[in-house]
Amino acid sequence: MYRAVLTGFALTLPLLMLALVAELVVSAWPSIARFRGAFLWTSTWDPVAEVYGAAPMIFGTLVSAFLALLLAVPLALGVAIFLTELAPKWMRQPVAFLVELLAAIPSVVYGLWGIFVLIPFLREQVAPPLKAVLGWTPFFQGVFYGNSMLAGGIILAIMVVPYIAAVSREVLLAVPGSQREAALGLGATRWEAVWSAVLPYGRAGVIGACMLGLGRALGETMAVTMVIGNRHDVSLSVLQPGYTMAAAIANEFAEATTDLYLSALFEVGLILFVITVIVNGLARLLVWRVARGAAVGSKAL
Amino acid sequence: MRAVDLGSREPGAGDSDAVPALGSRLPAPDALGPLREPDSGRLATDRLTALFHRTAAVKEVSLAFPPHTVTAIIGPSGCGKSTFLRCCNRMHELSDGGWVTGRVLLDDVDIYDGTVDPVQVRRRVGMVFQRPTPFPTMSVFDNVAAGLRVDRRRARSATAETVETALRQAALWDEVKDRLDRSALDLSGGQQQRLCIARAVAPRPEVLLLDEPTASLDPAGTQRIEELCRELKRDYTIVIVTHNMQQAARVSDFTAFFYLGELIEHGPTTQLFTAPRLEQTEAYITGRFG
Amino acid sequence: MIPRVVRRRLTSGLMTGVVTALCLLAVLPLVFIFGDLIAKGASSIDWAFFVENPAPAGESGGGVANAIVGTGIVVGLAALIGLPVGIGAGVFLAEYGGGRLGWTVRYVADVLNGTPSIVVGIFAWTFIVKPVGHFSALAGSVALAVLIVPMVARTTEEMVRLVPHSLREAALALGYPRWRTSLTVVVRGALTGIVTGGMVGVARIAGETAPLLFTALGNLNFSVHVAQPMQTLSLQIYVYATGPFDEWHRLAWAAALVLMGLVLMLAIVARRVTRSKYASR
Repeated sequence: MYRAVLTGFALTLPLLMLALVAELVVSAWPSIARFRGAFLWTSTWDPVAEVYGAAPMIFGTLVSAFLALLLAVPLALGVAIFLTELAPKWMRQPVAFLVELLAAIPSVVYGLWGIFVLIPFLREQVAPPLKAVLGWTPFFQGVFYGNSMLAGGIILAIMVVPYIAAVSREVLLAVPGSQREAALGLGATRWEAVWSAVLPYGRAGVIGACMLGLGRALGETMAVTMVIGNRHDVSLSVLQPGYTMAAAIANEFAEATTDLYLSALFEVGLILFVITVIVNGLARLLVWRVARGAAVGSKAL
Repeated sequence: MRAVDLGSREPGAGDSDAVPALGSRLPAPDALGPLREPDSGRLATDRLTALFHRTAAVKEVSLAFPPHTVTAIIGPSGCGKSTFLRCCNRMHELSDGGWVTGRVLLDDVDIYDGTVDPVQVRRRVGMVFQRPTPFPTMSVFDNVAAGLRVDRRRARSATAETVETALRQAALWDEVKDRLDRSALDLSGGQQQRLCIARAVAPRPEVLLLDEPTASLDPAGTQRIEELCRELKRDYTIVIVTHNMQQAARVSDFTAFFYLGELIEHGPTTQLFTAPRLEQTEAYITGRFG
Repeated sequence: MIPRVVRRRLTSGLMTGVVTALCLLAVLPLVFIFGDLIAKGASSIDWAFFVENPAPAGESGGGVANAIVGTGIVVGLAALIGLPVGIGAGVFLAEYGGGRLGWTVRYVADVLNGTPSIVVGIFAWTFIVKPVGHFSALAGSVALAVLIVPMVARTTEEMVRLVPHSLREAALALGYPRWRTSLTVVVRGALTGIVTGGMVGVARIAGETAPLLFTALGNLNFSVHVAQPMQTLSLQIYVYATGPFDEWHRLAWAAALVLMGLVLMLAIVARRVTRSKYASR
């Protein structure tokens, strides 16, 4: 009886998953049937003419996530290596706590801070030098008004750092001490021991941690929609506004007037879901290999 | 059979705490535990073989344990002693791939018979493990009472009586009587092990299986447990697995020598240690191997 | 030419410095965010802020009473629905989860954990808002419950697995049937960890906004009806931060400070529970 009750509770998970996938596919079907592959690569998003192409959103999602990882991975690895290898014992708990606190901040609070603190800062202190030095590249073209892919990428990076750091830390902790000691015993400096003995061993897991961070960045909604500008546009310049799939759904779902509009948004949701499942699946695979199937990263607030 | 020393002092206890004679121990009808006949507690195995998947850890062992005696099982590491013990209370089948052939007879009933409930078997055959395992979320009192609450509701007063009796039997009462409601983890290692013994005897089993009970204790704790064995056999049939031959010699009435899963020799302790019949036994006892 | 040994030591020192700098840089935004929350939000917090409802658009003053109560109701209901299911699933995974079903459930839990919360939001919309025809706090709670179940399932599983095998054996040897061993010894032993995991899960969903956008929707008035739209702190912050009025922006900071305080309190209490249990032993 006990076992039956527990099994019942456990079965809700696969049932929920099935219901979720079924609902996404069924609701998105009208749009899939209507637009087929063009949905993925056309840029026209016209609710009036009922033509929907999600390329800018997909592009924006990938670019913002990539930008976020570019910034977050070095920072997060720094945190992980610092905490596991280099920090004096008394510093570990407090610093770890601070990093976990970053993960506890709600997305909408990040967004609030992004609008009123980060964007003005970028506009006044960061954009002018960036434009002066790199304005000739296609990545920094155009006038910077504030809401931009850059702001989105930076906010995402800050949000994602604690996840990558937490999982990387667990991966590095799972590396046997003997690896470290063997290197040190051979006369390696502290850094060399980390670089040549510990990191290679945990490499798969660390890559997995970065992918987990990527998965998080792909699905983040509120902070992104508050700072990215929400414009259906494909642009190479990070100074321009952009759009992501999650932001699009958040902005337009409540105002979708027609069934096809709604269906198009559901299709966006389906695409987003599929991408995150694939990314997270790969990530878990890599992390499990090093940390052996534990619920790694679940403790990160 | 070695003479029982009824007048021996329980460690750390005064005269008033001496364990009363066997006759007054028999519980009144429908009181605290299964009503036991005077000659209950006969344990025997009949060609018992214990396997893990396809590998036999215990091979065709036939051994009898007379009631109210202490039998020690000795032998080198990995010879199947613990596995054999775990067959006697149907714990072996809980291990991955564990199964048995042969019979284990408790009061002439095969405990592996299809109609027998293993849970009931474990209530009549108690076990104490190598490392003390008090339940960490329970108090001393609740730990001892843990085995009592399994199948019926009883008044707290009746439980309190049984708990006290069990703690006295385990020679722990004096040390914990003022802190029954405190956590069991506050006790020392030796005290925790005696707590586990109290927990095991509280439901009045017929047989007590002790799997290297003093392995993780210091000499003082070990001595107390050994004294306890001699006391407890008044009420229980005791089988003790031990690595320590001197302990076997001190504590037991009979000794069985196992090697590589087989029973090599079995007999009264004094005889096995002074004049073993088989050369292999002698070689082990004199330390030439193992 | 610097001798090789010295060069290696310098590199090691330099890299240590770089790593430390990166770590500090990672933590820096935290300082700024908390600093700004307090600097910009604390001044707006007074008694009125907690007990009044939002003022009409454009007018000054007003508070977030409806949002605080709304957060309590929506999150509380989500916890009521989601925690038992999540904990039950977690215990299942730890005690009976060795086979194929266990593997599947574990995999699904991980997938659901990684699903964007906005997708969960539209899922709840499809199944609860659309058939009924209007938004409701209940729909929001269901969305949040769907988020918390896989979270808590995995943390519970981890905690229950930590209970030493020897304890299980001791209970079984006493004649405890397997279900009783699981319930009274194993789960009881893991209870502190399970509670911590539950509180951490609640702290996380308390801050969620996306899944509530199309379920609870938000409400300018004070309401405790779960079948009607309801306001939460997170929704309130979103509306105020993206709105046109400076007054709203000011209130957004204050509301954000309150929400952050709530989340922090839950997290700290969760840690305290774990620590105190161990300290007393």
